[in-house]
Amino acid sequence: MPTGRFCAGWKGETVLKWKAKIEILLKQQVLDPQGGAVEKALKTMGYPSVTGVRVGKYIELVLSAEGRGQAAARVEEMSEKLLSNPVIEDYRYELVEVGE
Amino acid sequence: MKAGVIVFPGSNCDLDAYHLVRDILGQEADYIWHGETSPGEYDLLILPGGFSYGDYLRSGAIARFSPVMEAVASFAAAGGMVLGICNGFQILTEAGLLPGALYRNRHLQFRCRQTYIRVENNRLPFTGLARKEQVLKIPVAHGDGCYYVPEDELAGLEERGQVVFRYTDSGGSPTKKANPNGSVSNIAGVCNEQGNVLGLMPHPERAGEDLLGSSDGLVIFKSILDYLGAGEVSRRG
Amino acid sequence: MVDKPWIELGLTDGEYSLIVGQLGREPNLVELNMYSVMWSEHCSYKHSRAELRKFPTEGPRVLQGPGENAGVVDIGEGWACAFKIESHNHPSAVEPYQGAATGVGGILRDIFTMGARPVAFLNSLRFGELSDPRVRYLFDRVVAGIGGYGNCVGIPTVAGEVYFEPCYRGNPLVNAMCVGVMRSENLVLGKASGEGNLVFLAGARTGKDGIHGVTFASEELNAASEEKRPSVQVGDPFMGKLLMEATLELIEKGLAAGVQDLGGAGLTCALTETAARAGTGIEVDLDQVPLREEGMLAHEILVSESQERMLYIIEPRHREEVEKIFIRWGLPYANLGRVTTDGMVRALFRGEKVVNLPAASVAGGAPECEPGLAEPAYYGELKKFKLPELPGETNYNRALQKLLGDSTVASKEAVWRRYDYSVRTSTLQGPGGDAAVIRIRENGKALALTVDGNGRHSYLDPYIGGIYAVAEATRNLSCTGAEPVGITDCLNFGNPEKAEISWQFQQTVEGMSEACRVLGVPVVGGNVSFYNEVEGEAIYPTPVVGAVGLLAEPENMTRSAFKSAGDHVLLLGSKLVSLGGSQYLKCCHNVVAGALTRPDLELEKRLQELLRSLINERLVHSAHDLSEGGLAVALAECCIGGELGCVLTLPAGSGRADNLFGEGPSRVIVSVHYELVGRVVRLAGKAKVPVMDLGEVGGEKLKIMSEGEYLVDIKIADLDRIYREVIACAMK
Repeated sequence: MPTGRFCAGWKGETVLKWKAKIEILLKQQVLDPQGGAVEKALKTMGYPSVTGVRVGKYIELVLSAEGRGQAAARVEEMSEKLLSNPVIEDYRYELVEVGE
Repeated sequence: MKAGVIVFPGSNCDLDAYHLVRDILGQEADYIWHGETSPGEYDLLILPGGFSYGDYLRSGAIARFSPVMEAVASFAAAGGMVLGICNGFQILTEAGLLPGALYRNRHLQFRCRQTYIRVENNRLPFTGLARKEQVLKIPVAHGDGCYYVPEDELAGLEERGQVVFRYTDSGGSPTKKANPNGSVSNIAGVCNEQGNVLGLMPHPERAGEDLLGSSDGLVIFKSILDYLGAGEVSRRG
Repeated sequence: MVDKPWIELGLTDGEYSLIVGQLGREPNLVELNMYSVMWSEHCSYKHSRAELRKFPTEGPRVLQGPGENAGVVDIGEGWACAFKIESHNHPSAVEPYQGAATGVGGILRDIFTMGARPVAFLNSLRFGELSDPRVRYLFDRVVAGIGGYGNCVGIPTVAGEVYFEPCYRGNPLVNAMCVGVMRSENLVLGKASGEGNLVFLAGARTGKDGIHGVTFASEELNAASEEKRPSVQVGDPFMGKLLMEATLELIEKGLAAGVQDLGGAGLTCALTETAARAGTGIEVDLDQVPLREEGMLAHEILVSESQERMLYIIEPRHREEVEKIFIRWGLPYANLGRVTTDGMVRALFRGEKVVNLPAASVAGGAPECEPGLAEPAYYGELKKFKLPELPGETNYNRALQKLLGDSTVASKEAVWRRYDYSVRTSTLQGPGGDAAVIRIRENGKALALTVDGNGRHSYLDPYIGGIYAVAEATRNLSCTGAEPVGITDCLNFGNPEKAEISWQFQQTVEGMSEACRVLGVPVVGGNVSFYNEVEGEAIYPTPVVGAVGLLAEPENMTRSAFKSAGDHVLLLGSKLVSLGGSQYLKCCHNVVAGALTRPDLELEKRLQELLRSLINERLVHSAHDLSEGGLAVALAECCIGGELGCVLTLPAGSGRADNLFGEGPSRVIVSVHYELVGRVVRLAGKAKVPVMDLGEVGGEKLKIMSEGEYLVDIKIADLDRIYREVIACAMK
């Protein structure tokens, strides 16, 4: 099983503000009724080859942290505690520096 | 009995639970504001239905971080009885006080209707007066009521008697049609391992008077009274 | 700078000179924006005010008539009921979910603004035909939006109606009604009274959403409407719920001298109307308004229609306590300014005085239009339609099945199961009956609630259609045993600048007024929605009546379904029916024409009084109003609801379609225990209400015979399936 996480562009330098782009999807083994409904709609709209539609959430936030490592740790903590429900959801995120 | 009905911003069945305890059962009840950290002495805490914090992000996800929830957790840990109804059930699963998770109904629509639920475990403080496999007529009203537990955990729940209610038809068969939200194994309500925390999607507080269509919900509340009155520890066997 | 900025903003040259005249100077651009929204049809009612004065608005129970946020009637023991219906048609046409949701949010605020705790929602919807995918999309999203808001705030949606007609294809109607209960002495008005009192704004932050929404509502829809999407507001039911709780707490504690919700025309409307109603003035500092977006300009702040905002007039001594309440409920709030005495509304923005206007001119100075009236050409033509021109259809089983499977007649369960109708544990009778009934714990009584209107009838004859709407709504209340105590109306019409539309409007109001006078029920509030047109094609004139009835003894409440086998089925009321304008003509012959049955309001009144006394003396087991589809459909509904058949005999000569499917007012089916039939017949005779014993409840079939032949003979289970199928399929 993939962990469902990735961390883009690890550079390790100290920056004050970070934008986290967090994607949350239902776990592979959990039925996704919204994804199913969208897939069915797309098929009837003339896209019969579409498969694997999944509907999730996208969350953006800006946080201050001393370095990428600290920012990543905080985003993971927030994602596990509040932003996703580990029983049914996986998350992954990307961190982008947005300056001081 | 003295019950505390917890009020989160966006709770909307607080009144109904309060009314049932006070006016139908003739017991004491207080509202407890979600910001309360030491709510005082209660025999039962009720987390009512509603849309706490608008159900934004996920149903119950934000409410579970309300200040009062720490008190709820320690109350439960000390063996206190906690009843989560609908949104209250969602909050309890989000808080990890009950296993599993509740998410979007399979058909993607809100559903308000009568359901029949079968009592799967009648050896709990919440169900002691019910017959085993008694079928109760109790309405649901929710959009995120589809109960999920990973398959490997489900067997354990069943074995330990933690599956307390299952959707069935009026004759007690757990059919697909009887299930209003597509929950795994037709589950309508579960309890924790100790049997003192119960969550269910149907609204027993809306089934407390015949003129509302059913009084079957009373068996849950009367069981609680009976348990408290007798004081015996007849938890799960 | 544009040559004539007022034209851009939807004001005419004539209106502009009137503004200059009233002001004694030219308004600046900020002020012009305020006039533009307040003098729009939506806010000023300039095309309807004169007509609306015809409504009887007084009665012994009326505590507050039209002109406030909602009407209020006395329901006994010191308790009162506030209610109102309002349209959100245009927003729902472009963004159905948010349009419908904010319609519900808006009407909710109207009710708690008065100090009443909302206890029920109703809605009345019109769409094109379900065969159209766009219509199915609008239908689904409107229903989702109504549920999305109403379910979240925890107020049951207990009744409603849905009609499908081609004329609503591009311009659906979404009318939402809310009902609240309050202690009579807690009645709060939208008045800025008391010099020096503070003006507070609380709730959602103000953004650029919905700017000039009212002008949008006061235009016809066309291809460009889609581009006006930014002017559709987004609802936040969670904020709405917090605002409701905070406002009710404030009123309960006697801390508010005046309360006004911010709806159409936003802050502009709230400031000018509260000042104009009280004959006072208001001074505010716009820099205090909590904003959601940076860099908003004065006119944007003033006309923004961001949802979930309220204005409060607070005595300075209550300031601290009021702020505590806002903080407890987590609401952004600000003290914008204070009440003055000179009748002027003034606003500062970034230190500069940007508004200095007489409140009465902005809020009440719009000219009344006196449109020409012209009977539309179709009116006389369609009345002449003769039934013999129809091909004979004698298979009435098939006709009945077709009617029950017609989207307008069919069960709307697939709609209302998406609404929480049982929260608050007071719903004694939910959706699906003639009227909903909710108990009022506070005084031990119950309220019966309904919304009714049939655009096709009003199209064929707006005067009679107006009478029908009031008669049917009140009859539906009487069918539960409740006494009608007041109505609110939502009048949905096309472009009032057209003489034919104005004629329809005038006829409708006259018909409704006549019915209200005879039936003794006042109009205590309402809403007019004009410009319901797409590319010049108007909708049917559609008056929707929301009615409230009082049931002194809730345990006497009656339902429409048959209850026990062996009961007799009695038809009470008028024997006059017509296929003109009927659902049967439309559904089975695709014809919209013919003359409507002439109503007899005196008989209607006697019938309703008789019904109520029969019900409250517990002489009937069920009562059901006859409407679309006539006698046969009404009987089928009684059977389906009760899971019981019946065997009935119609008098000789009843073998024609009009006897089964003809429509007309003042007709009700009741089922009566066989031992009580004689007594009921005698009472009907005494009340001078015609009565006919049709036969008995029982069996598994609906059987109707005449002269020894079965006109209808079908299994209830089959009817039930057809009745439930169509809407459920469309909702998938």
